[in-house]
Amino acid sequence: MKILCCVKRVPAPGAKINVTADGQDVDAAHLGFTMSPHEECAVEGAVQLIEEHGGEVTVLTLGTGDAEEQLRYAVSVGATHGVLVEADTIQWDPQRTAQAITAAVQELEGDEPFDLIMFGNESADAGGFQVGIRIAMALGRPIVQGIKGVEIGDDTIIARREIDGGFEVYELPSPAVLGIKEGLNLPRYPTMKGRLASKKVELNSITASAAEGGQVRVKLHRPEETVSETVILGMGAEAAAAVVDVLDELGVL
Amino acid sequence: MLLVILEHENGQLVEAAREALTFGRVLAKKMGEDLEAAIIGSDDDDLVEAAGQYGAETVHTVTHDLLTDYGPDAFGSVIAQMVESLDPDAVLSCGSDRANEFMANAAARLDAPFVANCTDVNPGDTWAMTRIQWGGSLLEDATLTADVPLLTCGLHAVAAEIGDEEDAVAEEFDVDLDESFTITMVKDRVVQEAGVTLPTAAVVVGGGRGVGSEDGFGQLEELANLLGGRVGCSRAVTNLGWRPHADQVGQTGTRIAPEIYIASGISGAIQHWVGAMASKHILAINTDKEANMVTKADWAVIGDLHEVIPAIIAEVQSRKG
Ligand SMILES: Cc1cc2nc3c(=O)[nH]c(=O)nc-3n(C[C@H](O)[C@H](O)[C@H](O)COP(=O)(O)OP(=O)(O)OC[C@H]3O[C@@H](n4cnc5c(N)ncnc54)[C@H](O)[C@@H]3O)c2cc1C
Ligand SMILES: Nc1ncnc2c1ncn2[C@@H]1O[C@H](COP(=O)(O)O)[C@@H](O)[C@H]1O
Repeated sequence: MKILCCVKRVPAPGAKINVTADGQDVDAAHLGFTMSPHEECAVEGAVQLIEEHGGEVTVLTLGTGDAEEQLRYAVSVGATHGVLVEADTIQWDPQRTAQAITAAVQELEGDEPFDLIMFGNESADAGGFQVGIRIAMALGRPIVQGIKGVEIGDDTIIARREIDGGFEVYELPSPAVLGIKEGLNLPRYPTMKGRLASKKVELNSITASAAEGGQVRVKLHRPEETVSETVILGMGAEAAAAVVDVLDELGVL
Repeated sequence: MLLVILEHENGQLVEAAREALTFGRVLAKKMGEDLEAAIIGSDDDDLVEAAGQYGAETVHTVTHDLLTDYGPDAFGSVIAQMVESLDPDAVLSCGSDRANEFMANAAARLDAPFVANCTDVNPGDTWAMTRIQWGGSLLEDATLTADVPLLTCGLHAVAAEIGDEEDAVAEEFDVDLDESFTITMVKDRVVQEAGVTLPTAAVVVGGGRGVGSEDGFGQLEELANLLGGRVGCSRAVTNLGWRPHADQVGQTGTRIAPEIYIASGISGAIQHWVGAMASKHILAINTDKEANMVTKADWAVIGDLHEVIPAIIAEVQSRKG
């Protein structure tokens, strides 16, 4: 099988997210970078599928040169190829991002489509809930979102979507597209061999171009914080009676 | 006219759909336009009536052989057809995963922009909105230029409130759907658990890396069972394989809204917090009194959770007799 995974580089903040002075971006000066947990699971899912059925996994990201870090990470956990779709910034609007990635996919595919393309359900930062859907529809392929289970059938892809208390099952003809959610699997850590492969792999680079869409960022800001006067009920086991008083008051005993 | 697409389940409007109508009432007023609604896959009178109570003047109902179950392409196509023939000034739906999916699908069909999870929307030649990023840890002010803005409002961006419009007029909407849309329709549905689920539990006992092991969750299970609640956890815990992902609370897990969230051994990273912040009350148990979860909680116990939780269990048992 030929599988493509699209991942986006994002900072990994801790207790708080800070914004740069101009409000245009997350202040990542002291932060590491990662991809959305949804996308990590997509990459792991793709690697598991080729381990079982044979084939290759290509990982693609649209962004600046720094995003090579996420491509190499994906190779260190089993992806075969990495493609950087180079843009001046990673913060393109969703229509523009989708258009540029669609063009890149068409260039990579030629007349041999990927059997499966996997996206995250939503990107960790922008959370637009749409880039994968736009690309699938531009390519004329079926897509379902929120997927936490994937199996390969006879010429079909069986996908499970979690709903409250159970799941829905979809069956798509290949080539198909999925929006993956964290929980599909437990992503592995890079092995020594994987790390070496990721250092050696030659990344493919495509220059992105696409027209701007209708949505424009003005600025980012933090929501108002809930300030709480925390009442300390006690230290250690001796606080148990006070805790149960609280539960009693709330009527949950 | 502002058109609100309503999500419904088992013959009722989902809570998020009521929120969307409440949000839509304010937006329609700002636009100086009427509020209308659409129900896809049903023409049930009760649904129409409920939409009326929340302020819709006209409710467009759509029934079709290919709309007996959910499918993003069929729903997306219906919305695109409504945009073309009803000529709304804007279309709004709620911020559920499903609504974000069918609105994005409609947007792709119309080659139009779509803005997900807004918390505030201001119409104009250029529209201005505030929307959720990072699952709620950050907000983005954005502008939008579009012939017909397609929007969803974030979950719990407003509380659902009945309006004063009484009787809605139901109008059937004719759609043209073809068999190809069945490709993305639900083929089967499996119910795994009945009863209290994590999003609906009144008590959630959460555990983080501080629980120390898979077995360590036994005490949390015991407390949750005693209180008729559910166990939740942090991503550190799912990553370690101690709990299934279905238990994870946070940006990429479940959003909970219990009466009380007892968060033990959880530091309170922002991505965890956004999944827990709708809890009515929070009690943190942590060895570190500076932990973010502690400083944001209503109550805290400073100490080792493996001493505190068994003591709480014993106290609950003795009071229950
Ligand atoms: C894009 C993105 C999405 C994410 N989504 C999520 C998400 O959905 N949900 C989520 O939870 N995280 C999410 N994370 C991860 C998040 O950033 C944190 O890494 C994670 O929440 C930390 O889990 P934790 O609090 O259990 O662990 P830690 O941060 O290691 O905290 C452990 C806590 O336990 C306390 N402790 C230790 N021993 C004891 C003891 N014996 N008794 C009492 N207290 C003790 C410590 O003082 C500490 O406060 C996401 C991250 C990213 C980048
Ligand atoms: N810059 C990007 N590069 C690669 N993939 C992306 C990019 N932006 C979004 N995606 C993919 O599209 C999904 C949905 O993104 P969004 O519409 O922003 O929520 C993400 O989870 C990624 O899989």
